Amino acid sequence: MKPRELFIAFWTIVVKEIRRFMRIWPQTLLPPAITMTLYFIIFGNLIGSRIGEMGGFDYMEYIVPGLIMMSVITNSYGNVVSSFYGTKFQRNVEELLVSPIPNWIILSGYVVGGVSRGVGVGLIVTLLSLFFTDLQVHHLFVTISIVLMTSILFSLGGFINAIYANSFDDISIVPTFILTPLTYLGGVFYSIQLLPEFWQGVSMLNPILYMVNTFRYGILGVSDINIVFAFSMLLAVIAVLFSYSLYLLQKGKGIRS
Amino acid sequence: MTAALSIRNLCKTYDNGFEALKGVSLEVQQGDFFALLGPNGAGKSTTLGIVSSLVNKSSGEVEVFGHSLDKAHAQAKMCLGVVPQEFNFNQFEKVMDIVTTQAGYYGIAPRLARERAEFYLKKLGLWDKRNQVSRMLSGGMKRRLMIARALVHEPRVLILDEPTAGVDIELRRSMWAFLQEINRAGTTIILTTHYLEEAESLCRNIAIIDHGRIVKNTSIKALLQQLNTETFILDIDPPQSVLPALNGYKARLEDDHTLVVDVEKTQGLSGLFAELSQQRIEVQSMRNKANRLEELFVSLVDKNLKDEKSA
Ligand SMILES: Nc1ncnc2c1ncn2[C@@H]1O[C@H](COP(=O)(O)OP(=O)(O)OP(=O)(O)O)[C@@H](O)[C@H]1O
Ligand SMILES: [Mg+2]
Repeated sequence: MKPRELFIAFWTIVVKEIRRFMRIWPQTLLPPAITMTLYFIIFGNLIGSRIGEMGGFDYMEYIVPGLIMMSVITNSYGNVVSSFYGTKFQRNVEELLVSPIPNWIILSGYVVGGVSRGVGVGLIVTLLSLFFTDLQVHHLFVTISIVLMTSILFSLGGFINAIYANSFDDISIVPTFILTPLTYLGGVFYSIQLLPEFWQGVSMLNPILYMVNTFRYGILGVSDINIVFAFSMLLAVIAVLFSYSLYLLQKGKGIRS
Repeated sequence: MTAALSIRNLCKTYDNGFEALKGVSLEVQQGDFFALLGPNGAGKSTTLGIVSSLVNKSSGEVEVFGHSLDKAHAQAKMCLGVVPQEFNFNQFEKVMDIVTTQAGYYGIAPRLARERAEFYLKKLGLWDKRNQVSRMLSGGMKRRLMIARALVHEPRVLILDEPTAGVDIELRRSMWAFLQEINRAGTTIILTTHYLEEAESLCRNIAIIDHGRIVKNTSIKALLQQLNTETFILDIDPPQSVLPALNGYKARLEDDHTLVVDVEKTQGLSGLFAELSQQRIEVQSMRNKANRLEELFVSLVDKNLKDEKSA
């Protein structure tokens, strides 16, 4: 395929993906808006006013970046895992398999679809947070790149999950048992400096901690971790997941008998 | 001229160890109207699945217009349009979107994609359903939607896996006419079917596959010529209680006024009538028994089964 045709094919997948989550917005866009508003009210306003400062900021100011990041993570992952699994399940993945689209375009299309929802929901949550706090972005470049990279990473994760999944149950196992705990323990609600030294060490093994803190650094200018290290790690993980996804597609794992 | 489709020594063993194809070789010429016949589970869908990249082969070679599926898969896929046996579009998407999205996968720009979608949806009588969600279509409409989707990039070969299964007679006829029309316009057509009359009236060449092996690959004409006996059913008067002696003809009485006769090609019918009139038996009406192709098919498949058992 020529570059122009490749781009059309890529864009077709992206548009299809965006159309999908817009069509089912009560399942995709509305729930995070409601949940996050509840978090803002309960943790930010009601409880937050009793907590006082965290990392030198109002508790509300402190958790807003964490909650935005949490939405980006769950929605990027959730979009790709359910969309690609659905495609497999209804067998319309065959539409892609018979066509001449190279695998890296298929993968990129789905990832950009996931990023669109992740970033879209992130924006919705950001707008909602403005009702509760003032947001000032400290480092715009850091903020934008960490959101994009996190979103790409979790879209890839969702893709791999979808490839391995054999039932609708399989697509909720990883989010429930891995993603949610890691996110809650990833410094969304607290600074790990509050933890005893041993648990600080353990927390440093949690990749989500790096994403949340880098994003918080972008907005507030404070972080528990080294930003350069965070970016390098993210790049490396993205590269690994991308290659692994391509390998699975090439093999036809779960999609070609 | 390069063949539209060339398959050499294709083998497929599924993950569960089942050997579905045991060395299938086939050639379909450009412009042909080709049928792949075989009983349930023979390996038709597996063969076409490998050709359309839906199934991984275990070994063997596939070329589409000279493009190897291994070495030049993008070019090969560009030449292919695929209508699978089972519905495989997104149930929640609209008819129009399904067709234009597929066009996009082939790199066709949105404007042209919409024009093509309009053309083929109109051709297949689905234009007024274009904004319906595909789940709401009837079975026959869904099948036509898959045909429109397969044609949107104007492939040189159209592969259809049982296109007329579950389609009513009228629709089947119009589908045949449509396929013949695009075949005349130059598209090579390969289909599988369980209706032998369909193969007989549409196709020029056929292959019969059974237990993962090609047991016959020939033209319809040659195949029909091969049939050297034909069976006739005669309504006779007066009723006969014992089988009349018919010199040289193999016959049996179905009931006292129905006579079934196997006529060899060399024998002809006049001898039979002469015999009957000599015995003052009148023939009131006569018809051909069943589909001749069907019998041949059954005998080929039976023979393959015996060969397999003795091997
Ligand atoms: N995914 C699979 N795993 C294991 N065995 C399979 C698989 N798909 C098909 N088979 C087996 O391979 C054989 C050939 O199947 P195939 O679908 O190619 O038959 P077919 O000729 O298309 O039959 P039909 O006329 O019923 O559509 C069958 O015995 C089938 O059970
Ligand atoms: Mg089949």
